[in-house]
This record gives sequence, structure tokens and C-alpha cells, in this order.
Amino acid sequence: MKAERVQPGDAIHPGNPITVNRYGPAARANHWITAVSLILLALSGLALFHPSLFFLTGLFGGGQNTRAWHPYIGVVLFVSFFIFFAQLWRANLPTRTDVQWLSHAKDIIGGHDEKLPEVGKYNAGQKFIFWAMAGLILLLIVTGVIIWDQYFGAATAVQTKRYAVLIHSICAVLIICVFILHVYAGIWTRGTIRAMTRGTVTGGWAYRHHRKWLRDLAGRGRQTPAE
Amino acid sequence: MTNAWTDIKNSDLVVVMGGNAAEAHPCGFKWVTEAKAHRGAKLIVVDPRYTRTASVADYYAPIRQGTDIAFLNGVIKYCIDNDKVQWEYTKNFTNAAYIVKDGFGYKDGLFTGYDETKRDYDRSSWDYVIGDDGFAVVDMTLQHPRCVWNLLKEHVSIYTPEMVERICGTPKDKFLKVAEMMAECSSPTKNMTSMYALGWTQHSSGSQNIRTMAMLQLILGNIGVRGGGMNALRGHSNIQGLTDIGLLSHLLPGYLNIPTEKEVDFPTYMSTRGFKPLRPGQTSYWQNYKKFFVSFQKAMWGAAATPENNFAYDYLPKLDVPAYDVLRIFEMMDEGKVNGYFCQGFNPVLAFPNRGKITRSLSKLKWLVTMDPLETETSHFWENHGDYNDVDTASIQTEVIQLPTTCFAEEEGSLTNSGRWIQWHWPAGSPPGEAQHDNWIMGQIFLRMRELYRKEGGAFPDPILNLSWDYANPQEPTAEELAKEINGRAITQLTDPTDPTKVQVEAGKLLVNFSQLRDDGSTSSGCWIYSGCWNEHGNNMARRDNHDPDDTGAYLNWTFAWPLNRRTLYNRASADMNGKPWDPARKIIEWDGSKWSGYDVPDIAPTAKPQDVGPFIMNQEGVSRLFARGLMRDGPFPAHYEPFETPIPNVLNPKIRGNPVARVFQNDVKQFGTADEFPYAATSYRLTEHFHYWTKHNPVNAALQPEFFVEISEELAKEKGIELGGWVRVWSKRGSIKAKAVVTKRIRPLMCDGKAVHVVGIPLHWGFMGAAKKGFGPNSLTPFVGDANIETPEYKAFLVNIEPTTAPVGV
Amino acid sequence: MMDSPRTAVSNPPIQPMDSNLGERDLIRRSATASLPKPERQLTPVAKLIDVSKCIGCKACQSACIEWNDTHPAVGENVGVYTNPHDLSENMFTLMRFTEWVNPETDNLEWLIRKDGCMHCSDPGCLKACPAPGAIVQYSNGIVDFVHENCIGCGYCVKGCPFNIPRISKTDRRAYKCTLCSDRVAVGQGPACAKACPTQAIVFGTKEDMKKHADERIADLKSRGYANAGLYDPPGVGGTHVMYVLHHNDKPHIYADLPDQPKISAVVQSWKGVTKYAGLAVMGLAAAGSILHGILGKPNRVTDEDEEGAEKLTSNPSATDPGADGHRPEERV
Repeated sequence: MKAERVQPGDAIHPGNPITVNRYGPAARANHWITAVSLILLALSGLALFHPSLFFLTGLFGGGQNTRAWHPYIGVVLFVSFFIFFAQLWRANLPTRTDVQWLSHAKDIIGGHDEKLPEVGKYNAGQKFIFWAMAGLILLLIVTGVIIWDQYFGAATAVQTKRYAVLIHSICAVLIICVFILHVYAGIWTRGTIRAMTRGTVTGGWAYRHHRKWLRDLAGRGRQTPAE
Repeated sequence: MTNAWTDIKNSDLVVVMGGNAAEAHPCGFKWVTEAKAHRGAKLIVVDPRYTRTASVADYYAPIRQGTDIAFLNGVIKYCIDNDKVQWEYTKNFTNAAYIVKDGFGYKDGLFTGYDETKRDYDRSSWDYVIGDDGFAVVDMTLQHPRCVWNLLKEHVSIYTPEMVERICGTPKDKFLKVAEMMAECSSPTKNMTSMYALGWTQHSSGSQNIRTMAMLQLILGNIGVRGGGMNALRGHSNIQGLTDIGLLSHLLPGYLNIPTEKEVDFPTYMSTRGFKPLRPGQTSYWQNYKKFFVSFQKAMWGAAATPENNFAYDYLPKLDVPAYDVLRIFEMMDEGKVNGYFCQGFNPVLAFPNRGKITRSLSKLKWLVTMDPLETETSHFWENHGDYNDVDTASIQTEVIQLPTTCFAEEEGSLTNSGRWIQWHWPAGSPPGEAQHDNWIMGQIFLRMRELYRKEGGAFPDPILNLSWDYANPQEPTAEELAKEINGRAITQLTDPTDPTKVQVEAGKLLVNFSQLRDDGSTSSGCWIYSGCWNEHGNNMARRDNHDPDDTGAYLNWTFAWPLNRRTLYNRASADMNGKPWDPARKIIEWDGSKWSGYDVPDIAPTAKPQDVGPFIMNQEGVSRLFARGLMRDGPFPAHYEPFETPIPNVLNPKIRGNPVARVFQNDVKQFGTADEFPYAATSYRLTEHFHYWTKHNPVNAALQPEFFVEISEELAKEKGIELGGWVRVWSKRGSIKAKAVVTKRIRPLMCDGKAVHVVGIPLHWGFMGAAKKGFGPNSLTPFVGDANIETPEYKAFLVNIEPTTAPVGV
Repeated sequence: MMDSPRTAVSNPPIQPMDSNLGERDLIRRSATASLPKPERQLTPVAKLIDVSKCIGCKACQSACIEWNDTHPAVGENVGVYTNPHDLSENMFTLMRFTEWVNPETDNLEWLIRKDGCMHCSDPGCLKACPAPGAIVQYSNGIVDFVHENCIGCGYCVKGCPFNIPRISKTDRRAYKCTLCSDRVAVGQGPACAKACPTQAIVFGTKEDMKKHADERIADLKSRGYANAGLYDPPGVGGTHVMYVLHHNDKPHIYADLPDQPKISAVVQSWKGVTKYAGLAVMGLAAAGSILHGILGKPNRVTDEDEEGAEKLTSNPSATDPGADGHRPEERV
């Protein structure tokens, strides 16, 4: 079993159309907790990042609450993401195919999947988002704790905090960009969002975007009986 | 103070020795910064510790505590040797030229007439040769071998710079630098001021410490001049007033004496108080003693004080001992001879030496009344606070009655500052809770006592029954009534003695000042030196006009200074024999050929000719005294004696322990420690963040200096393994305390007589009551002995041992 | 009526007066893009602290506590005179004591510096502050914290080159010396300067204070302090709290007073390039996505894909990757 291509719970349901299990309920809940946290963090963080976005503090009941809640949400995100991470990291390990896949940049952007090499459960783009998120969240939590003055104010010197706050803001900018990419890719690639809502994708979707994954599933007889 | 706080700005050289003005008197210290800023004045600090004053000084020299006399005698010798003497001043304004009796001498650290068993001198030889004309014999050429000048020269000859270094631990070069800077002020146009405080008084040779500097100031010509003088920085906003009003057991108000039991009647009492001038034509102002005394008696007993009953002389108590000072009272209490103790505005448990003895003594009382705005340690002496007050409450039977009083900011009255300015103040707030003014409490006690005497009689009720109590509300005399009573009134109409048709004061009116006092019972005055404070012009103490013509610093229309609103005492001495100011730029008064006038009230009769009348009008000689005659118990010249507890023996005579005439009670001798057991020289002091034992009750002050500590050098800390901020135990023969250790470069070991002496500094602001952290005070450790002349306890020099320890256990 | 008080020692004016410091006097306001130009220019003020005259009595600390009604806790002695141990929301100014042995003379010098907000002309706290109007600068030079706007993020702490602001542990707002803006506004000098017994702290116009400093420096030089000088660091555009130092060549000996303070380069880049570049990058990412979405077609699953899936799932043998000409995946 190639862990990076197939994961526990992935299964094909015959029918019209065929559906394929991609994420179980726990994984989906996990994803959405992470997603909501990230959105809240982005909104509250952006409010403190640039004066023109300070109005966003209104969403949290004012500046004091925004400042107070942000780090707690950060902890939620961190924990939630890394539970998610534990489930997905194997499937996101890079492969040679990723290199080939990436070399077809034009076809990727143009949506010509048929010209791309077959990929497993995740393509290189998804893997990039996964690892970028993981790395940035790690940096954000570390720098975030350093500047969480309420509890850790005395732990580090001011100069350390200055670097921390700089790194924190750069990482925040980057993670927001990654987030945008992730969301857009999900919208642009029609049929994707149901993977995280209903937990399944259509066979066609799997065939088009993750044929090797589908092939693996089919080959291993991971099918539930037809209803 | 001979001068005023404001006058310090006129100085060229400020010497802070025996005090720590910046730290203990920060508001007054502003005048030092004025002198530095506007006159380019220099500041010298001589102290065992590098203090906050030292931090802004131009020159700092260390000294071992209790050796100031050796240091200053060394400076006097330096001035004499280097011809740094204001000669005209010294010859004419001091007794340098007076011939001393042949019997007087000084040998092996002792003066003539010492009686070891009595611990006292026969002082009869300590006096001038009196000529056939009844006046003291003088030699204005200073050639006579027995003149004061030559005796002084001989007396200080042993205090060489090497000897100073050996005794004081002051490096020779530092001593010489200080001596040189001081000696420059022998110029008539350079003036030095001495600012001192408890660092000089709280020694067994305290009075002589001050006297030595006074003598130096005299030969430098710095007394009576602007920017000069001997300036005692009093430790409390009204402690000068306490002294003036006579709240000392041997004094009546205005520095009159309480009779002794030998002075059985008024004529006997007055027989030694004639104060006949010792030189022709001198003022000798104490010749008016009887006027002051009789007027005081009239203020006390009014109509009951009559010429027939010697103005109620018999109503006065008669002392059987020199004084019932605090040490004696607590000694008697400890012996079980005192039943009750009224403690008004005092905190003996922290303020008096040998706290163990104080607590033991209070425990032997039947009752103790405390009158205080604060919850003092004395009111709670019976309460167990763990290590901080380790008493067995159940065994103490003393009944304690606390009477809460108002504090200064809640009452009307006057405060007399160090510069003798009597300043009126008004209440800024209402007293809290059950607090009452002291006047009300005293009134209530008096009225009840008088009622008891009226009903029950008693051995001698007259002084109580006849006490003048003529107040609008007898329940509570007001500050205004008391101030007027102190100022004095004409009881009958006063007429000019030379012209009886001229009415001076109508009967019942307030006197202008003490010059109107009479000795026939026609005037009254509660405290003669204060007379003039509230006269028919109104309350002069309430004046607040800060105009100061030509910026002399006199401020004559600001409040009222005693005597007679005079700001600089002996100000006649600011001018030469022709009455011209030594320094025209610093004129105080000047003789214009017929009278004295200037910026201050002349300290001499306005028409007294400068060549005829000396400036020191309170002395029978008319001049100041380099030789004190028999007026000091421990010698007419100051001599170095070690403190009773000393790290090195007296190098001048190792057999002499402490001041040879200081009074010691037999029980306390056993409790003196020696250097082999207690090797470190301790001293006590105040910190700027706190005021005595009051401000530890205030959270603000408590936050600024929260916890008791002792200060030691880095060298001693290393030797004893003591860490910065760690706990140490400090103990003497009398007690043991625990403190945090402040390890500092500001204290360094001193080399004295070849031995390294480590200094342990112990501040005194902590106890077991109040907002600050609980702590101890140095009085748990200090010896029960006082100054030979006035019994001020020796808080500034004693021996301790020290070791690292653990935190105290407290409740 | 003068716009700024000239001294701290005079008594307050008797006649009622309006506050002299208001919104119209602001020249900087944190996190505010367009601040209207003030109607008038107040005379710049300054507090001059003459370290050489300071006796370390802490009257300034006590006056500060009283005037601002703060409540510092009664702490412990840790072996030094500096108490409380640090600045806090309850202690806006602090005497810092340093025992320094002058290597040239081998004499001990006890350096006592009153620490507190320097009221920089170019305030790092204000630059760092993300909350609009939480930190303001008046045209007389006072930098003030407006607590109702403060969100307690602590960015001001990071922005300050002197390590001054402190966040309250109770209300989570930033506190520091206000230069007694509430007193200055009504013609009085700061409480600390009023309380200082030796006038080591004086207050007036910045111009007067510099003149006064010159006199003090001349006096110190005459007493042998060749390097006496005024500490008015240009790195932060000058300050409205200045020191006269006996050893102005080495400010760091005074309890780590920065030799050449300026807003940290890290803070500058955080509040400068990062802020703008960050917005740009995020904007570009969003715009790029939108553009792609508009210009390109969505990536839809086609009928062929569905058929392919049908075929693939019904014929698992077709899963043999070798048959498709694909090599097995290998990790790279």
C-alpha cells in the first residue's frame, strides 16, 4: 500500500456517478476548525497589521478583544492543524511525479489536466500548500508565543520580540497568500469543495485530477457494494 | 542653626560631616545646590559611607565613625601650622587671648581633676585667671604661654595627619586635601558652612564633636557671617521647637533651668545666675535671667505667683539628679521604680537603645498611655510578631491605653525649623475616626486631675490647683491662645523706666518682644525667646512675604525667627573691629558711626560701639570660647575618645574606654561588647525614602524602600560568604536581628592603627507595624549609653558580628 | 495666556482655563493615515534631568505615584536601592542607581538616573502602535498614551528604543510617563519637577532647557568633568526629556542608557516595508486568482472523465500502471 497515494477510509462507491470517499467526518471537522481558525486569525491579525484594516477589530468586539483572542485562536489552529497534519503528512511526501507535474506549469494553470502526468491523492500544488501551511504555522506559533506578552512577556528580551513580531507578520502575509491559493484552487477546480463538505468526490473528478489514486483504490478492491 | 537654611546658598564651601543632608534633609539640601550653581561653591562630604550627599560632592573622604574629633583637631592643627587663621577675628572675637589658671592641664587623654570612681571631673581649674579688677586677664599679643591660644596649639599638636589616618582610617592624602580646602576659608572673603546632624550628636562624645567644628569655624572667622555658621539639621520638622519650649527634663522653656534640690529657694537659685560680665562693657545678656524666669512663672501661675511667694518658685519640681533623660527613666523602669508611662508622640521600642531592655522595662509598668496618630510598635510592644517581636504576651501585665491623636497636617499651630523660623500652619484635613488634638487630650487630663486634687487634696495640690488655665474653652486650649501666652502680656501697665510718663504697653496687651519683660511680676511670657511671635501686630509666624532685598537669603518678612526675628546669630561678627563687613559683598549689618543697621536684626544693642562690645552677647566674656571653661563635663578642649564599643583601642591611652565621664549604668556595662567577639564597626542612619518610623505606614514610601537591610562592603561580603540580597544575621552583645544584605562599593574597609575595620551600616526605618515589610531596627543592637553632656544615645558607633542566614519567621 | 508653561516651580494659575492640549494640537496619531494639520504650533517643551544634581531621593517617584494615583506594590529588597525594581503600570518613573568606579580617578561615583519616557520627537512607540489614536504626539512634543484606544498589544514596547512602556497586568493597557500632559495642559509643570528638591529636574521650553543645560555643563566642566554634556539623542529626532550627564561620552554607564538610541531597524522594516509589501503581496495573490478566474475557464470534470472513471473502476486490471506506460512512483 502506497501511503502517499491512498489513505485509510478512501474508497470507491459504484453508482451513477461513481463517488469516491476522500475525507472522513473527523478529517473534515478537523479541516474546518483549522480553516475557521485561520480565517479568524487572518482577520484579527490583519486588523493589527495595517491601520486601514483596523476596522476588522469590530468583528471581534473591539481592539482589546481582538488582541486578547488572537493568540488563543492561534493555539486552536496550531493544535487542530497538527492533528490534521498527522493524518495527511505521508500522503504529502514529495515524489518524482511531482517534479514532472510541476514542469507542466502552463497546463496546470490552463486546466489541461489531461496533459499532466497521473498523480496520487495529492498533486504537487496541494503538497506545496500542505507543507507551506505546516512550516508557516510552526513559525507563527513560535513567534506568536514570544510576543504573547500576557503570559510570556518576561521570557524574552525586547530585541528578540522585535524579530519575532517581524517574522510573525511576514509569515502571516505568506500564509494568507497560501490560503488564497488554496481557496481559489478549490473553487476553480470544480467538484473539489464537496470533498470537504460531503467527504466524497465524483469518480470523474478523481479520474481527472488524481487518477493514480483512483487507480490504486480500484486496484485494491476498495469498493463498497452497490446499493 | 546659627544661620538659616536659605543662607546656605551664600556659602563657598559646604562641609557635610556628621550628617547626610541630601538624604536626610533633601528639601533643605536645595540650598547647597543653589550655592554650587550660583556661587561655584564646593561640597565636601566626610562620612564612613559614600552617601547620597557624597554622590553630588566635589570631594569625599571616608572616616571611621566616632573619630570626628581627631579629624577636626587635625584640621585645626593644620590651620595653625599653615597660618590659615582669620587672625583679627580669632584675637578679638574668641577667648584665644584669655589666660587660663595654672592648675589646668591635659595628660594621657585626661584633663586635670579626674575622679575615676565618680566618672567626673573637678572642673574648678578649668577657668580664666581673674585680675584684681574682677575681670579675666587677657594677652592680646597671644604670647603668654598660658593663654588659650597656646594651650590649644599644644592640645592639638598630637593630631598630625599620620595620627588622623591612624585613628580615623582616612588616607593621609584625602585628609590633607580636605584640610586644605577648609583652611582656604580663613580668608575674610571665603566662608565655609558646617551642616551636621545626628552623625555628630549620637555619640558618647557628641557635644564635643560639634564643639570641635565650632572652634574650627571660629578660627576661620566663619561664625556670624553669611554662608558660614554651625548648622544643626534637626531631624524632625519641630524638634527645634521641642528643645526651645523645654520638653527636656532639666529645662524650662527658653533654656532656663529646672531648679535642683540644692537650690532650695529662689535667692539660692538666682545666686549662681547673675552672669556678671567677665570683661568690661560686655552685654552678657543672661543678666536678664530673672526677667525671663519671673515672666515664665507668671505665665504658669498668674496671680498665684507673687513677689511674696517668690513667684511660686516652690511650685517647681526640684531635680535630685542632673536630668531624668530617657535613658535614666528606662533604667528606673527596668528597676521597677516606674509604674506608669505617658508616651506622647514617641516610639521608644524603636527609638531608644537596647530594645530588649526597653521592652523588658515597658513590661514592668502597670500602665502605659500612648498618644500617637499611628499604630506604633510601642503601643503594640506586648504583641507577639514571631522573630520580629518575640515576646511572651501572656506574661505581660501592662495595661496599654491608646489615645489616637491628630497629625501635624490635621491641626493648627507652629513648627520651628532648624533655622529657628517659627512657621504657622493650618489644618489641611480633618482628623479620622476618634483622633483628637493633643491639646484636647491634655486639657481633659488636666481638668480631671485638677478635680481630683480639689476633691482629695493630696500632699501638695497648689501647683495644680493654681495653674493658670484661662482659656476660652477650658476643655481644649487653642493654638492661638497658647501662642499668645508664649509671646507674653503686660499684666499691669508698663511705662518707660527712664520716663514714667511714657506708657510702653497697656495692661493686658501683648508684648512687642522680650525686651519688655520685667522681673517684678508685671509681665508674663511662656517662653521668652519666642516673645514677639504673636504681638499686637498679629501673628508674625503666619507672615508669608518672600521679598528678600539684595538676595541676602534673610527673608525677614517670612514668618518669625527667634530671637527677635534675627536670622543669623552673632551677626555682629560679620563685621570687623570698625564695624565694616569682612566681605562687603556679603554684608549682614554695618556700623555707620552711630548705629548698626543692615539686612538682618543686629545681634547686639543697636548703638553698641564696635570696638567696645563683643559680638557674643550671651557669653559673659562677649567673645566666643575656644576654651569652654567648666561648661562641658568632658573637657574645655575636645579630645579624642573612642566609642564605648570600638574596633581598636584608644591610641592616645588604651586604658580609657569610651568617654571617661559619660554616665553608664552598672547593669549596662556588662552588655558592652569587645572587638574580639564583635569585630565589625556598625553605625545607624536614615534613608531618604522614609521618615523615622512614620512613613513605613504609608504605602507609597513603603514601595520606594520596602524592606529592612544592612549595608556591607564587597570585601566583607566575600569574607563572610554573604550574597547580594541574601539574608544575614547581625548581632551585638544586646540583641540579634535579621536583614537583607546590600553589598556595595559605597562602604570600604578602613585601615585604622594597622587593622582593617569593616563597617556595617544599619538603617532604622522598619518595625513590625505598618505597610512596609516587617523588619528590625538598629536599636535592638545599640548600647545603652549617651553623650557625657546631654545623654543623647550612642547610636552611631557600636560593634556587631555578621553571618549569612535564612529568612526570619514572622507573624 | 502662554501656550506652554515655562517652569514647574510656579504655582498653578488661579483663573479657570481650558485645557491647552486637545485634538487640534496633535501632530502625530498612531495608526492614522491622514491627520489634519494642527491649527497652531505650541512652543515645544522639555524636561531636563540634571543627573549631576540628583540626590536620588525619589521625591519624583513619590510625586508621580501621587499625581497619577498609581499603586505600586510593596516589594522586597534585592540588594539594591532601585525600588520598585522596574518601571510598571504603577511606576512611570524610576531612579536607577549604578555604582561606577571611574577608571581615570579610581574614585567611586554613584550614578543615579531617573528613568522614564523620553518623549522622542520621532517616537518608536507611536510608529509601532496599530491602534488608531492610542498614542498621540502634541505639537509641544509630548507623546501621550490614550488608554481608551489602547488594545494592549505591546507593540509600543517593541517600538521604544528606551524600553519604557509597560502593559498593565490588570487592564492590559500600556502605561508610561505622560510628561504630566494633564498638568502641562493647564499651565503647570510635571509633578516630578515640581517635587524635586534640588531642581535636578527642571521643566520649560525646550529652548530654555537647552540654554540651562549649557550653563550646567559649563559648571560641570569647571569641576573637572571634561565630557559633561547634554543627552538629546539625534537618532530619535531629539527628545523632550533630556539629561545633563557628567560623562556624556558614555551614556551606557548610567544604567544602560543607550549610547545612540534609534528606532530598531527590525521595527522600522516591520512597520515600513513589510507593511506595504505584505499588503501588496496579499493583494496580488487575490487579484491574480480573481483574474485567473475571470480570464480562464473553470477546471471542470468532463463526461470523458466520468467515463474514464467508470471504465477504470469496473476494470481494476487496468490499474496496472505498467500497462499505461507509467513507471511506478518513486520518492524523490
